[in-house]
Amino acid sequence: MDKTTRKLATGLLVLVILTPLGLLAVGETFGEWGPEEVEEKLGFVPPGLESFSGFWNAPLPDYALPGSDESMTVAAAAYILSAVIGVVVCGGLLYLIGKKVAKD
Amino acid sequence: MIPIWYYAGNRLGRELKSKQVPLLALAAAFSFVIMMFNVPIPGGSTGHAVGGAIIGIVLGPWAGVIAISVALILQALMFGDGGITAIAANCFNMGVVMPFCAYYVYKFISGNTEITSSRRVIGAAIAGYISLVLAAGVTGFMFGIQPLLHKSAEGVPLYMPYGLNITVPAMLLEHVFGFAILEAVVTALIFAYIQKTDTSLLYGANTRAQASKNKKVAAA
Repeated sequence: MDKTTRKLATGLLVLVILTPLGLLAVGETFGEWGPEEVEEKLGFVPPGLESFSGFWNAPLPDYALPGSDESMTVAAAAYILSAVIGVVVCGGLLYLIGKKVAKD
Repeated sequence: MIPIWYYAGNRLGRELKSKQVPLLALAAAFSFVIMMFNVPIPGGSTGHAVGGAIIGIVLGPWAGVIAISVALILQALMFGDGGITAIAANCFNMGVVMPFCAYYVYKFISGNTEITSSRRVIGAAIAGYISLVLAAGVTGFMFGIQPLLHKSAEGVPLYMPYGLNITVPAMLLEHVFGFAILEAVVTALIFAYIQKTDTSLLYGANTRAQASKNKKVAAA
């Protein structure tokens, strides 16, 4: 890895540590509501959305440990852990793909 | 999306230099992390930058397709973010529209300027801004046509309850005044850093040097 890439990787590491800042924002992104949030807005859950909502259960829904308490420390730790998983899986996968297809 | 991914993979194989491989890995990881930074906006909603512009500019739009798609698919499968049924739409808007728009805006503004020109930094910033606004607009359009396409016999929307008159302005406004500014700053900062330290990492840098070399040979 050359010097510039290494510096950028260091920058990414800092971002990973800072990710819990993203938890401070409350409210859901437009259009990314879950069934409960839509019900709050409309008073009902659109039937199609309801039928698909149990289609998949993510292991770490919303970047949090399922069933854990709501304390900020736990949430922040789970958020950083999620970022680390994201970096390792995305980075690792692209590194392997890149190594396989790159010329010279 | 499947044919686009297939073609992008082929293009990546032709264009990717081996010294860019760590940068490509970093790009996907960066896109994943930057989307975790939820930024609040007035009205109780949140949103985020994507990082798609800088990836399209530095590594080329086809590399952007692969890197951003991987980040989005992992989000959906592992963290229930974005949603399984929305993977294709998300990958198209953030993984295709964005890097391509950013790359061509950047190229258009840069013109024939030197690779080290400060005009390119401004081009990168504007590319980051416009590409995220465009991606948000397309997403708003996709949201808005859902109640037209998918409703029950009684007219009850099956999925998205809001129409185009709400979804497009909502997506555009929050990006025009918020998240796109963040995307522009992030794009310009990273671009300026790579430009200052190692221009050989930039997409197309090699081919341009080669072209001028060929010209010199021909002139001699």
